[in-house]
Amino acid sequence: MSDEPRASEQKGRQARRQFLGRVGAAAAALALAPGVRLIDLAIARPANEPASSAQRWGMLIDTGKCASGCDACVRACNDEHGLEARHGPATDAQWIRKVTVRDRQSGASTSLPLMCQHCKHPPCVDVCPTGASFRRADGVVLVDKHTCIGCRYCMMACPYKARSFIHEQLDNQKSYAPRGKGTVESCTLCVHRIDEGRGRIPACAEACNGEGRRAMLFGDMSDPQSDISKELARNSGVQLRADLKLDLGIRYRGID
Amino acid sequence: MLFTTLVVADETRIPTPSISKGEGEQCVEPTDVMRRDHMNFLMHQRDATVHQGVRTTKHSLTGCVDCHVQQDAEGKAIPVNAPGQFCESCHQYAAVSLDCFECHATTPDSASAAVSASAIP
Repeated sequence: MSDEPRASEQKGRQARRQFLGRVGAAAAALALAPGVRLIDLAIARPANEPASSAQRWGMLIDTGKCASGCDACVRACNDEHGLEARHGPATDAQWIRKVTVRDRQSGASTSLPLMCQHCKHPPCVDVCPTGASFRRADGVVLVDKHTCIGCRYCMMACPYKARSFIHEQLDNQKSYAPRGKGTVESCTLCVHRIDEGRGRIPACAEACNGEGRRAMLFGDMSDPQSDISKELARNSGVQLRADLKLDLGIRYRGID
Repeated sequence: MLFTTLVVADETRIPTPSISKGEGEQCVEPTDVMRRDHMNFLMHQRDATVHQGVRTTKHSLTGCVDCHVQQDAEGKAIPVNAPGQFCESCHQYAAVSLDCFECHATTPDSASAAVSASAIP
């Protein structure tokens, strides 16, 4: 008996979600040509519900669409999180960077954005002595700066050089991106946007779309209906240093 | 007579904190509860937010700053950890270090960012 209202409440929520999903789908279909849906329709997670392992956020990067002179993604990330240039690349925080890889034999070079690869088996988490480095249920690898002691083991363990250390006292942080001296940080996959549950994509991918390149496709790799899953099913792309078997959340195309 | 002197001496020795009124009529919990337990609410919220992505706003630090920040004569927000401001004046009085703002924003986000932040339920 006591379960009844709960069950009906759940049903109501489900219906609401389905309705919202349909409205979103209609909006997306209207906005773009058929079959070219760019933004995955994330199922809205209420603010009081924890992230769940039913989802795995990831990104597919098509290097064929990435231009060598373009750094829109890097600028967007810096703006979003308040990363400022201070004393040069050796010590500046860098959550995403543009890398050029060159094939030695043919001399052909490819430009690509490189950031935290959001591994399923992250070496940074393995080595962290305080548990500050962790992988969230939905696949986002983060640093809990409340427990980070700034030892930088994670920076050494990361095969992708994805993490930065904050060397100086900071101010003017963004309310959604707290940062402070003596802690390590890296790409959060714009987790504050994900948690809004309104289908907002990370700042880098948004900027890439804004440039008209659409090289970065963000979405839920666990949802077979998502655009990223469909694309990966068509062509799985490559994982950087796949030999390490870390099962990455970021996949690339055009560099195999 | 003696009593009056004592009180005066006490006031000059340890100035009581000047606590500015926040926005609205009531904080998220009764004032006496907030005085005693705000750090526990924040600690609980911080773990839920960072590790699980729970972003309820009732006990969020951003919420504290949004309501308790003061503006200067030019309408610019004064950091809540600046001398005499809401957080700092009490922490100074109680001799408790205030570590939140080593990392966290001390003023509300600018207009455009604040809109997207406030849209989170």
